[in-house]
Amino acid sequence: MKVAVRFFASLRDAAGTAALELQLPANAEFDALLQALESELAPGALQALLADNVRLARNQDLISPPFALADGDEIAFLPPVTGG
Amino acid sequence: MHLGVRVQSEDFSVAAEYDALRRRLSGQAGAVACFVGLVRDLHATQPVAAEPVQSLHLEHYPGMTERSIEAIARKAEARWPLLDLLVIHRVGTLAPEAQIVYVQVASSHRAAAFAACEFVMDYLKTDAVFWKREDTAGGSRWVEATTADRVRISDWQAGRHDAS
Repeated sequence: MKVAVRFFASLRDAAGTAALELQLPANAEFDALLQALESELAPGALQALLADNVRLARNQDLISPPFALADGDEIAFLPPVTGG
Repeated sequence: MHLGVRVQSEDFSVAAEYDALRRRLSGQAGAVACFVGLVRDLHATQPVAAEPVQSLHLEHYPGMTERSIEAIARKAEARWPLLDLLVIHRVGTLAPEAQIVYVQVASSHRAAAFAACEFVMDYLKTDAVFWKREDTAGGSRWVEATTADRVRISDWQAGRHDAS
């Protein structure tokens, strides 16, 4: 199945890309996505994505791991927000 | 409550928004509170090493950002009797002194209008899905979330603003 991944702000800089698409086995969980990212991204990038203050969204809703993925999901890595 | 949420790169006119509000409002409204946030031209968090900010860049997550603002508006609506609430938040590259955010609240009485306006602004800082980057001659840095902003939210949650 295909899962889209998006990185915002400082995490886009860390990942070196704004978005990528991963091919994962059916019923894959979030851990499998992390493993796939580790091989896709530059060394050290994963560490930035796993920082305590990073929040995750699945299809634009905040979510905490562990969670299962579905075909067509969009997973976003969000650093602490600074709007207003 | 009439709710408006706009995320846009274009500037906004307080006069035009206020005029539009006046046309929407019924005789029930006795108070309108407006807040405008502007782009400062110094590093806010590093006054000693302050370096002029050439521009501020705002990034968002289209869709999720609008819904995050709507969620804040609903929280305010649950807390005060509001008639009309408008939030405009700009994105993209903004020059120093540019307008960045607008919150406009109408209610029957001033206490609710003032409080809700402040409440919405405080939650925009901590819950709305935006990221700021300061661009200076020496490079760019993503603005970090501040503890002070989170403390203000704790105060709302504990009802401390209401007591003052």
